[in-house]
Parts: sequence; C-alpha cells; structure tokens
Amino acid sequence: MTNPLQIIGRVTLSLFAEIGRLSVFAGRVATAAVTPRWYMGEIVRQMVRIGFYSLPVVGLSAVFIGAALALNIYEGGSRYGAEQFVPNIVVLGISRELGAVITGLMLAGRVSAGIAAEIGAMRVTEQIDALETLSASPDRYLYAPRFLAAVATLPLLVVAANIIGVMGGWLVSVYGLGFDSTVYLRNTVDFVTRDDILVGLIKAVLFGGIIAVMGCYQGDRSQAGATGVGRAATLSMVGAAVLVLAFNYVLSTLFVEIGL
Amino acid sequence: MNMPLLKLDGVDKAFGAKRVLRGVSLDVARGQSLVVIGGSGSGKSVMLKNALGLMTPDQGKIFFDGEDVTNATGRAREKMRARIGMLFQSGALFDSLTVWENVAFRLINSEGMSRRDAKQCAIETLKKVRLGADVAGLYPAEISGGMQKRVALARAITSEPDLIFFDEPTTGLDPITADAINDLILEMVRGLGAAAVTITHDMASARKIADEIAMLFEGKIIWRGQAADVMNSGNAYVDQFVNGRADGPIQPAI
Repeated sequence: MTNPLQIIGRVTLSLFAEIGRLSVFAGRVATAAVTPRWYMGEIVRQMVRIGFYSLPVVGLSAVFIGAALALNIYEGGSRYGAEQFVPNIVVLGISRELGAVITGLMLAGRVSAGIAAEIGAMRVTEQIDALETLSASPDRYLYAPRFLAAVATLPLLVVAANIIGVMGGWLVSVYGLGFDSTVYLRNTVDFVTRDDILVGLIKAVLFGGIIAVMGCYQGDRSQAGATGVGRAATLSMVGAAVLVLAFNYVLSTLFVEIGL
Repeated sequence: MNMPLLKLDGVDKAFGAKRVLRGVSLDVARGQSLVVIGGSGSGKSVMLKNALGLMTPDQGKIFFDGEDVTNATGRAREKMRARIGMLFQSGALFDSLTVWENVAFRLINSEGMSRRDAKQCAIETLKKVRLGADVAGLYPAEISGGMQKRVALARAITSEPDLIFFDEPTTGLDPITADAINDLILEMVRGLGAAAVTITHDMASARKIADEIAMLFEGKIIWRGQAADVMNSGNAYVDQFVNGRADGPIQPAI
C-alpha cells in the first residue's frame, strides 16, 4: 500500500477516470442543449441568474483590474519613456485576456459553485430522482438550461467587463496620471481591432461552458450531507477556475499561432 | 391468475464489495397493496430505486405490466414512468417551485398541459389530500413537514398512476399525522384502484395499509404473507422485527 509506484499509479488512474467521467458528462449536457426539447422558462430564469445578477461583481472586478493595469503599465513604460502607450496596452490586455479571464474566474466562484451547491442539494434530497420519476430528464430540465444560459451570457458579460475595464484604466490615467481624456479615448479606439474583441468573446463562450458543466457535474456527483454539498461547491469552483486559466492559455497560444 | 403488474426476478445489486440485494424476487398484482418491511440498511430503498429504474440491477430482471424494463431507455422508460407515482421519503419537493407547480409538474412538463388547466388540476388533487387552495401558491419551505408529505403524495397521484411507490411515508411524522397519512394512502390507492408498494419499518403503518407484507433481510425476501398473519408468522426473524426486540437472530445495526 505504501509503495510509491502504486500511489503514482493509483493517482494517475483516478485522474484519467475523472477526466473521462467529466468528458462524458459534458457530452451529455451539450447534446441535451442542442436537441429538443428545451425548457424555455428555465433557460430564461438561468440567464437572469447567471448573466444579469453577475453584472455587479464582473463590473467591480473589471474596474479595479483596469485601474491597476494602467498604473503598472505607466510605471513600466516610464522606464523607457513609453508612457503614452498606456491606453493601447490597457485595451489590448483587457479585450484579449483580462476581460474574459476575470469574468471567468469570478463566475467560477459565483456561478459554478452556486450551481454545484444547488444541484448537490437537489441530489441529496432526492429531487433529481423525483425529476426522473416525473419523466423530466435532469439533463434537459436542469443542466442544459444552465449550460445554454452560461454560454449565451458570458460573452455579454465580457463585453461589459471590457468596457468597464477600459474605463478603470481611463479613470486612473486621466485623474491620476495626467493623461488627456480625449487623446486617451482616441488612442484606445484607434488601437483595438475587431479581432482583439473577438478573441475575448470566443474565450467567453468556452469559459461559460466550463463553468456550467463543472457546477452541474460536481453537484450531480455530490455526496450526502452538508459536507458533501460543501465539497461539491469547493471542487467545482477550483475545477472551473483551473480549467478557465488552462484553456485561456491554450486558446491564447492558438490565436497567436493563427494570427487572430 | 392475472399477470403481475410489477415483478422483480432475482435482482442483485452491489456497491463495490457490499452486496445490498442478493436475488430479490417479488411480484405485485394490480390493485394490491404490498408493504415491504426490513431494518435499516436491509436494502429497501435500493430495491425501490431498481424497480423504478433509477438504478440498474447487476443481475436479474424487472418486468412492468409484462414487459422487461430492466434496461429500458428513452421512450419505453418514459411510458413506464408515466404510469408510476413515487412518494419519496423526504418528499423531494422542488423547492424552487410553488406547491401547485410541484403537484402539476408532470402535467406541465411532460404532458404539455397549459399552466392554467394544470393549476386547476393541481388544486383539485390538493383537495384530495385535504389541502386548500390557499397553500397552492406557497413554497415547500413555507409549509410544515406533514403538509409537505401531503403535497408530495398529491404530486405522486396527479396523473392517476397504476402503481405507486411509498418510501417510508410516515417516517419523521408524529403518530397522529402519520396515521392521517396512512388513511390518505389507503384512500388514494383504493380510489385509484392502483397497486402500491410501500417500504417502511413502521409496523403500525404496515399493518394498516398492507394487503400483504414481505420482509427483506440481508438482501433477500425471507417471508411473505397476509398482513393479518404478520404477528404470528412462525418466522423467528419476522417475529423479532415486528415485536421490536433487540435480541434474536437479527443483530441490531449499531
């Protein structure tokens, strides 16, 4: 039992088993999401919960990140006399990376863990079994609406995060660093390309899928009791956050390769 | 003799090394009320979940109305579920929906009834379990445990099933509420002409609602007979259980 090779083997096997289970689950949910029937009421309800109610937290995060980003770029740029590039780099960093990443990370906490706790509580109180006995598939009634809502609303949240993030940078630059407001905004708008925005939006769609699937998956597997549900919430938050960051890197590499 | 409505034939189910069901065979006729008794951990709930198709047996077969539904999927499973009602131990009401939306859940979401008609139906069904229209708009968390059980019962009978499963219907209720639930179960089962399978360890409830009683012990049915005979079954295990004695052939589960 204490043979280190055995431990490595067991950990590796269980890791692959987990990846397999998660992939099968994701496939099931995605299939349910794109085939009828759709519970429209549930989809709208989840869009409001996942999308609309996340606006404050996403906006607050974005404004502070944008502000800190502008300060640091100013500080770094001034060493080479390149302070004037603050608006360019702020808008590039936010639209290609930080807008999507910040939104993804905040929603890994707010949404993924919330879904896991809710579904987990439904699992342990037999509500999911009850759904099945009432001829409603949990895939279609519970998971697909959350998946669709997250995939649809995350890009919208990222657009909001981009705008508010740039505003954070603008606030610091104009009121703290002595930039001219008009010049700052003109530089921002002239510099950013459609592709930069698109990159963030593509990431957002993927992050939305990760966040919803992870929450549903951990909730569905939740063990009984307050500990089990708490564990499901923790695992989904950690899992979703790590996957968001990992896939962000993969996508960034890919986009640089193909010149997007 | 008619074909049984539900038949379990040699059902085995194990979780890892723990064999919970070891060849359970059981049949229920139309309109019959069968109560399955057994101690904690004897496999009653697992048996029920296998019969409902929420779990798949490792071995053995399950027949519903003559059809093999052991591995049924999709439409075949839906067809079977449409004829079965289930009362969960905890009620398992959807806490994001109101009482009437819970009761009308199948009507709205599976049978495509309009919300207005479904609400009328739900209020009618609530009346049968002695609940007024005033609770229809409340959420499950806003009503008492006994009322939740009644709402869950209403949900199980809304679409007039041929077979109803009751998972420990009286657990967690005071004796008077429990007896009221027993009366309601009898009334619903008789009124609908439905068959009922109840699992419980509440002997008062078992004697009241059963036509026949079967005892599950260590994953097998070890005795089955008329409800009236359960107190003098001549089976040492049944005797110990129905009299609630700690000493006997069954070791207490502590």
